[in-house]
Amino acid sequence: MIQRFDRRTVIVLALVIVTIVLGYHGRDLSKALDMRWIVKYPSAWVLPFKSVISEAMRWLIEDAAIGPVSFTDVTRAIAWAIEQPYNLILALLATGFVSGLGNEAQVILPAVSWIVVIAAVLALGHYCRDWGLALLAGACFLYLAVFGQWDSAMVTLASVLIAVPIGAGGGLLVGVWAYRHPTGEKILSPILDLMQTIPIFAYLVPILFMFGFGPISALVATIIYATPPMVRITTMALKAVDPEIVDFGRMAGTTERQLMWRVLIPSARQSLMVGVNQVIMLTLNMVIIASMIGAGGLGFDVLAALRRLDIGAGFEAGLAIVVLAIAVDRLSQAFAERMGRMPERTTGSFVARHKRTVLVGALLLMTWTVGQVIPLLQDYPATRTLTTGAFWDDTIKYLNVNYFDQFEAVKVFFLNWFMIPIKKVLLGMPWPWAIAMLVLLGWSAGGWRLALLCGGLAGLILVSGLWAKAMVTVYLCGASVVLATVIGVPLGVWAALNRRAGVAINLFIDTLQTLPSFVYLIPVVMLFRVGDFTALIAIVLYALAPAVRYAAHGVRNVSGELVEAGLVSGCTPLQLLRHIRLPLALPEILLGLNQTIMLALSMLVITALVGTRDLGQEVYIALTKADIGRGVVAGLAIAFIAILADRLIKAGAQQARIRFGLEN
Amino acid sequence: MSAKIKLACRNVWKLYGANAETLLKANPSPSADEIRNANTVGAVRAANIEIEEGEIFVIMGLSGSGKSTLVRCLSRLIEPTSGEVLFDGVDLLKADGKALIDIRRHKMGMVFQHFALLPHLTVLQNVMFPLTIQAAPEAEAEARAREVVELVGLKGREGNYPRQLSGGQQQRVGIARSLVTEPDLWFLDEPFSALDPLIRREMQDEFLRLQGRLHKTIVFITHDFEEAVRLADRIAIMKDGEVIQVATPEKLVMNPATDYVAEFTKHIPRSKVLSLAGLMTPGAVGEGAPLLHSAKVADVAERIIASDAPLSVQDDAGQIIGAVDRMAVAKVLFGEGSTP
Repeated sequence: MIQRFDRRTVIVLALVIVTIVLGYHGRDLSKALDMRWIVKYPSAWVLPFKSVISEAMRWLIEDAAIGPVSFTDVTRAIAWAIEQPYNLILALLATGFVSGLGNEAQVILPAVSWIVVIAAVLALGHYCRDWGLALLAGACFLYLAVFGQWDSAMVTLASVLIAVPIGAGGGLLVGVWAYRHPTGEKILSPILDLMQTIPIFAYLVPILFMFGFGPISALVATIIYATPPMVRITTMALKAVDPEIVDFGRMAGTTERQLMWRVLIPSARQSLMVGVNQVIMLTLNMVIIASMIGAGGLGFDVLAALRRLDIGAGFEAGLAIVVLAIAVDRLSQAFAERMGRMPERTTGSFVARHKRTVLVGALLLMTWTVGQVIPLLQDYPATRTLTTGAFWDDTIKYLNVNYFDQFEAVKVFFLNWFMIPIKKVLLGMPWPWAIAMLVLLGWSAGGWRLALLCGGLAGLILVSGLWAKAMVTVYLCGASVVLATVIGVPLGVWAALNRRAGVAINLFIDTLQTLPSFVYLIPVVMLFRVGDFTALIAIVLYALAPAVRYAAHGVRNVSGELVEAGLVSGCTPLQLLRHIRLPLALPEILLGLNQTIMLALSMLVITALVGTRDLGQEVYIALTKADIGRGVVAGLAIAFIAILADRLIKAGAQQARIRFGLEN
Repeated sequence: MSAKIKLACRNVWKLYGANAETLLKANPSPSADEIRNANTVGAVRAANIEIEEGEIFVIMGLSGSGKSTLVRCLSRLIEPTSGEVLFDGVDLLKADGKALIDIRRHKMGMVFQHFALLPHLTVLQNVMFPLTIQAAPEAEAEARAREVVELVGLKGREGNYPRQLSGGQQQRVGIARSLVTEPDLWFLDEPFSALDPLIRREMQDEFLRLQGRLHKTIVFITHDFEEAVRLADRIAIMKDGEVIQVATPEKLVMNPATDYVAEFTKHIPRSKVLSLAGLMTPGAVGEGAPLLHSAKVADVAERIIASDAPLSVQDDAGQIIGAVDRMAVAKVLFGEGSTP
């Protein structure tokens, strides 16, 4: 037994060493052997996926029709259906109701005044919970007004107010459908997988083609991005309803519909609200990316600032997104809780029962009438806005001037000793060897099925001619994940073992997670300029959270009895960690690793903005050139890498769980 | 058996596994080995029981014995693999969806182990729920619901939410809810198992009090043999999906069919199960005010032992049918198997 184990270790070690040596000297070797094709996949062998997809898309948009209804009619109808409520809310919050076009435009009714919006937010906060929440939400909105972000923020808010109900409602319906039809779920599951792993950029291009540049495209993309978790959570939440409750519903003689809407969904409402919250957060995550295909508002401000490297403006707009996200998130959570309680019946006249509504309504009327005379009531005066832009610019300038050498030293150290060696190995490795190793890994982790999947997906990436870019992706992603794990897992373990550290670390992670991904990029670019190292830091920051969370969760969940067993055996705290806590938390830590990889991959496309040369860049270029085929193929390649990493790690985690007897 | 059969199941099988149906088609009564070899799991095997109108029929078994599955087959929450379930003489398994909904709305009520209250509704709304989904007139439904809430002793709690109540109170809501439609057939699936021992005892008394007023036909599931003995008119004991013995508590204790049944009855004090009818000398006449023949020994032991002469025993009609003396009682109280 021991003999065999040793042999296995030796083989694994030998293969790893061969792989590294081969990778490091791959290029020279291929030149020496005059077989360059083993490193650089010849372009003559590339299959034309791109043009096939582009052609198919062109056909879909130009020729596809069922009878008299063409595909374009369908997309136009969808666009129209989304446009109507969007225009209404946009007019209400931002543009005002206008008749006529261009110079002849007449404002019939201005947008709702900032005072009324803040009052409404206060009232909602008070209604949902208490004055504390009201003040927090009110302060967030006041911040938007005072820091001159009001108009953009209202445009963003309007799109959130449209995307969230559609995403949450649609997700709920699809989830219900999948719950009722198990075959439906089987069909849906891989689609959802793909929707969540394909980077958003990849489907921005087809959407752009179907719906044109503008806020509707942005809304469609946002909805597609934000809906899958709602579908998943709905199906899961319905399945998790106590079977006794289902039995009760049946015994009470409910019809199928009554069972669903009066028993199951109300019983699952707490989990469903988690889903709605997810939709809200994802919608806000999309704000900046959506502005690439025509959403205005805060996202556009950030993107514009990033393009002209205006750190102050970008940071302020980014912060405004965070502030808006905090307000919307807290309000929606409290609202969900409030909906959970049935209203206490109050008595009295309409006014007495709806004090808050009446108050806000009165304010609205007042600002609309008196506002004609006193503009302050209508718009926050531009002269009174504050800006911190200059402060941020100065800070960065100061850091750059005074600490340039230090920053540079850190960057060079990481590049020379960490990143470049990995990159060289991965790019120099002959692809036949790489695929063989991947298949072997798949086979040892999950049997021939996984081996087949590994070989197949890697092969597809190869023949689509994206091998080199995929390797850069693997390198960037891999390096970031290693770094995120090295930093994140100890943090998580520490958070689990020390309550006070736990609180601080949790706060830090929460903050990281609420910041939109672009916000990381801005200061990092300022300090380290464009390049791989900048991308690395941005990705690590973005992908750190799950590594910490899962490690903490895993360590906390080790059964108390086992820890006590270790203690009475006389373990020192370190031994306890080394022999009991860490090994038992391993499956959980691996799941965290999985999530870290997923987040890292989704951040890759965004880092393409700072000049990485990977699949993300490929997608980004496709977007700017509106090249559907190129974007979709590159997007799928990223999805394939994500799927491979996911399956391999899950198989590994399962093996670990079986080894510990947590599963069989 | 003179009473009317309310609910009966004939040769009901529930097997889990892909081959369950083909196996039963080919072989109507497979053995335990055959079931295992076909890669199926036998949850209920060849169950035959008859439940009389107005009786408390307890199905008792340990976890995994199939009692929960059986009761769900009886209410058709689970579709049996084969067999018949006769409710008022009609096969419930042949009823279509609509008929089944109708039967459940008007003729069946069920109480669940973990209460299964809807968390978003108040006590009153929970109790009203079965009426609400039938679209019963609101005022009528509310009046009826208030009535049953009072019946189970929760008056004043109508506006509370389930989470604001103790376990015992929550189960009272569950009981009220299952009674609001005035069902003929009342299923109780381990209704008191999730409660603390003291509360459990109290709820058992409450249950007997309710049944004394309502005279429902009751199918009561429990894993607690003592509870079964306390409540049941008749008990069915299940093991590994099979019904091993169906009998009155007294007969179970006196004549356990298998060692397995004996294992349970061993720990039951005889005096709590035996009635005077099984103990008296038939035809003899004793002194003093006559005792009822159905009285449990434990309840009247003190009087009998205190009396020097045998006491008379009468039947329900007041006819003296025998006498019992202190020796017979002492044997039950202190003899073999008298205490756990």
